[in-house]
Order: sequence, then structure tokens, then C-alpha cells
Amino acid sequence: MTASQPLLQVINLKQYFPIKGGFFGATVNHVKAVDDISFDVHEGETVSIVGESGCGKSTTGRSILRLEHPSAGEVRFQGKDMVSLSSSELRQTRKDLQIIFQDPYASINPRQTVADVLMEALEIQSIVPKAQRRERALELLETVGLGAYQIDRYPHEFSGGQRQRIGIARALAVNPKLIICDEAVSALDVSIQAQILNLLKQLQRDFKLTYIFISHDLGVVRHISDRIIVMYLGKIVEIADKKSLFEKPQHPYTQALLSSIPTYDPKAKTERIPLKGDVPSPIDPPEGCRFHTRCPYAQERCRVEEPKLVNLKDLQAGHEAACHYAGDLPERN
Amino acid sequence: MTGLATQNENDPDKAVISTSNWRLVYRKLKKNKTALWGGYLILLLILVAIVGPYLTTHDPVRVDFSNRLQSPSAEFWLGTDHNGRDIFTRLIHGMQITLIVGFSSVLVGAVIGVPLGILAGFYGGALDSVIMRFIDVLLAFPGILLAIALVSVLGGSIGSVIVAVAVFSIPTFARVVRGSTLTIKKLEYIDAVRALGATDLRIIVKHVLPNILSPIIVQSTLRIAIAILVASALSFLGLGAQPPSPEWGRMLSDGRNYMFDYPHVALFPGLAIVVAVLAFNLFGDGLRDALDPKTKK
Repeated sequence: MTASQPLLQVINLKQYFPIKGGFFGATVNHVKAVDDISFDVHEGETVSIVGESGCGKSTTGRSILRLEHPSAGEVRFQGKDMVSLSSSELRQTRKDLQIIFQDPYASINPRQTVADVLMEALEIQSIVPKAQRRERALELLETVGLGAYQIDRYPHEFSGGQRQRIGIARALAVNPKLIICDEAVSALDVSIQAQILNLLKQLQRDFKLTYIFISHDLGVVRHISDRIIVMYLGKIVEIADKKSLFEKPQHPYTQALLSSIPTYDPKAKTERIPLKGDVPSPIDPPEGCRFHTRCPYAQERCRVEEPKLVNLKDLQAGHEAACHYAGDLPERN
Repeated sequence: MTGLATQNENDPDKAVISTSNWRLVYRKLKKNKTALWGGYLILLLILVAIVGPYLTTHDPVRVDFSNRLQSPSAEFWLGTDHNGRDIFTRLIHGMQITLIVGFSSVLVGAVIGVPLGILAGFYGGALDSVIMRFIDVLLAFPGILLAIALVSVLGGSIGSVIVAVAVFSIPTFARVVRGSTLTIKKLEYIDAVRALGATDLRIIVKHVLPNILSPIIVQSTLRIAIAILVASALSFLGLGAQPPSPEWGRMLSDGRNYMFDYPHVALFPGLAIVVAVLAFNLFGDGLRDALDPKTKK
């Protein structure tokens, strides 16, 4: 048997947004939100994408779903290129990939009851015959931990955590294989976060789901992921197994990120690696290594030559970092 | 399912379920007394327009020179005009014309303006530019001038007044709707249904339209006031309703000649226009406040 084909392959994905201006709305420049990234996602795993705001992690998710049309590159889902699908093929394929959004207050139409929301999802993809839709909607509600009696309520009658559950139920309605969780728990209280994360984990077991988990919160990511992708300014800087990444972070940016996780022990001495300055503009990113403007170890070479994602000898397979000096940097964890 | 139903009834929160947004709007509207009176006045005007003509004892169009230019009296409540017709009776009969012109012109304007606005806002790009430049052209004419031009082309009649005032309302609707659509289409629930595979038509009809309804309703109410005013102005200028139709603007225009000796001939139609316009304006303003989610408390 061949090595199992990845469920999702992202190949040289680029997502540029034009900046219109000047006379007659000519394109003046581009925001390079996602700039040539590639990665695979295998069935059943949870891959997290982390990075600070504006690094392109949400855009990556939206491009995979084709909520934005990618500027270049391929998104292969089960071997089929999503980017070249016609709009009717795309609509059919969409049932396999779903998304859960960050803001539970903006992600449900305020004029629809829970029943409307779920039954509409079933209707769009014709998952179940009309007569059974309500029954299926009730089942879905139960699956995500809401009561059947809540089915005829409007979104404003629910709390943030409950709304997030409705969002999850909507995503589940079409029996997806892959769910992109775009900051799915970031807007929730810590206690509710834990509940939702546990729900997601349980659903993964029950329905053999694959997750792409987009978050800026490394604590959450540590809890849920198998593999982690670290992004900076539209590029992948490091990609690794969770364990490998947390124990042996290679890229200086990853190291700085990890050092910023608060610990539970007030006495523990953690060395923070503060980063200087702000993230440069994705309109005109720095030459060479994009991180060199803020990197404490930056050398002349980093300013000219762009580092490639490479596996390092003494690391396990699949741990790749895009840094010329990865491996030579002082060990941190 | 029966077990479920009983559970539903026993649920103390069930009352909340039926509290739709409209009930909330009514509650807020009730607090705004002026708007509420505007609303009652509109209902009264509609009622008068429907049953009023059956209750009047005089003929609104029959000329009776023996009673011309009478002052208000027990027989002629608001006096008579230069043709001896009872002004009160004519006002009551004219109510229908005024309301029909107001409502139908705004309806036609909305039916054309709203889809244009949605298309422009939802698709953006070249379509947006084409539609909005067309709207800009309409806006570039002073409204009344555009209406006069249209009526002179179409010929003076109530029908052409409706068309003229409708055309005059299209830009406002398109602009308001485009703006709201731009806001709504960026919300995550639009992305969510798109990710489910919904067609654009479904997204527009089931998700965009219901959520931009409040600005459309407010705009319609306010536009009715303006439509009534413009329609009266057109008739005043002799372009709209033709004699002997008891149109208010027309009556005002007829009364103009007798302003100094018999002011009641022009005064009462003028007041009627003011009352109708005011009612829609007050109600529209109150409705805007009541529908504004920012004033939820």
C-alpha cells in the first residue's frame, strides 16, 4: 500500500489582495497576506496554524475553503484541486470542508432560529429528505450538547458558548471530513473554552474529523493539536510535531512565541524573549528572511537570502524550520 | 414528539421564544410619543381614505356656482371653492389620491432601487461602478426638475406622477441598500452559508435581504412623506392630477387666486398636506430610532 495520501495538500498557495487607488481604481499594490506556503494535512489529525494577527493564518483557512479565490497555487482535497473547480462542483465539494468562526455573535444570522440554521444546511446539501430534517437538526443539537427544547430559539437568546455550539452543529450538519476552526475559542471565557475544546476533541473521535485549528493562543494549541505550523508575515517559519516544537523550537520566532506563554507557577523563572518593533507591512515585506528586522540573531545573510523550510539532521522527520542558523542558536525551551 | 411538545410548554423560557424583534420595536416605539402619534395619524388617514368618501354628503366634483367661495359654515365645514364645491368633501376624497400616490410611488421606487442596491453592494467591482454611476446621474438632477421632465414627457396624470416620483426615489433606496449590504456581506454568517455551498441567490434572499429590512422600512416611510410633497407640487404646477380631480396640490393651486379675500380655499388643502407629510415624517423618525440596534435599552 502506498503511504496514505494526505487529505489536504496545500501547494505554493498565495493570496494577494489588491490595493485599489489612483485613477479609475487601478491596482496600486498588493497585500501579500499569504505568500507561497505549502503543507499537508492527513486524515484524522489536528494541525494548528499559529502566529500573531496579520500573519495570514485566517486567510490561509479562507483560501482553503475558497471563501477567497487564491491568487496562485493549489489546494488539493482528496487529490482534487479545489482552485480549479467550477462553481457548481465547488458547491458540492463544500460539504466536505466546513468552518467554525471566531465571533459567535456574527456567525449566525440573527433572523434565523436554530432550526432554520441547521435545516438550511441540510437543505443546501440535500443531506436528508425534507421530512426528516427537523429530526436530524434535533440530533445535531444533542450532539453538540444543547437541549432539544432550544431548537426554536433565536441566536440572541443564547450565550456565546452556546452560539459557538450552534456554529459547530451547523458545520457538522453536512457530515464534513475537514473542519477549519478559525480562532474558534478565542472569543470565549477560559472555562467555556475548555468545554468547547473538549467537545471538538470528542467530535473528532466520534466522526473521524480532521481539524485545521487556527489560533494565536499557544496554550489552546498545545491542548488540541498533533502538528503545529508557525506563520510569520505570510510565510511558514516552522512546522513540526507538537512535542518536537514545544521541546526543540528551532526558529527564533517560534522561540519568542513559546517564551510568551504564561506559566501557572508564579515562582517559575521563565525567560521572555521580547521582540523589538512591530510586524512589518505585508504590502512591502522585508527582503531576505522576513523576520530579520526583529530577530535577535539576524546576520548579514538573513537580510539578503531567503531561508527555505528544511528538516534539520538531529530532529525528527517532519520538523522543518526556515532559518539559516536553525540548530546553531542557543537551546531554549 | 409529544414528549417534546410538553417539555416545550413547561419550559419557563418559552415566552422568550415568541418575543420577536418586532415586538421589541413596538415597545420602543411606544416610548416615543411623537412617533406613536404619527403612526396613529397615518392609520387615521388610511381609514378616512377608505371609508371617508362614503360618508360625505356633498359631491366632490359637481360645480355649483350658487354656493361659490362660501366661508366655513355648518353646511360647508371648511367652506367652498371658486366652483362652489365643498372643500371638506374634496379633501376627504383627495386623501385617497394622496395616499395611493405616496405608497405606490415609493413601492415602485423600492422595487427597482432595492435590487439595484443589493446587486451593487453584493457583487462590487464593475457591476457596482455601473449601477452607482447610473444612480449618480439620477441624483445629479434636482429631484423636482427630474419629476417635471418625466411628467411632461409622460403627460399629466396620476399615473405619470407615480412614475416620476418613483424614479425620483430610486437613488435613495439604492444608496441606503448598497451601504447596508456592504456591511452585512462582510459578516461571518454570510461566509458560513457560503461555505455550506449556498448559491448567491439564496444568500441574497434569505440572509442579506432580511437583515437590511429595517433601513428599507424606515426609508420607505420617510420617502412617502417626500413623495406626497412632490406629487402635490407637481399637481400645483398643473402637471399632475387634472381638474376636476380633488387632488390637494391642485386645490392649493386653485385657491392661490383667492388667497387674500378667501384664504380658506388655499389654507385647508395646505394644512392637509402638512398633516399627512408630518405624520409620515414623525413615524419614520421614530421607527428609525426604534429599529436602531444601538438604542436597545
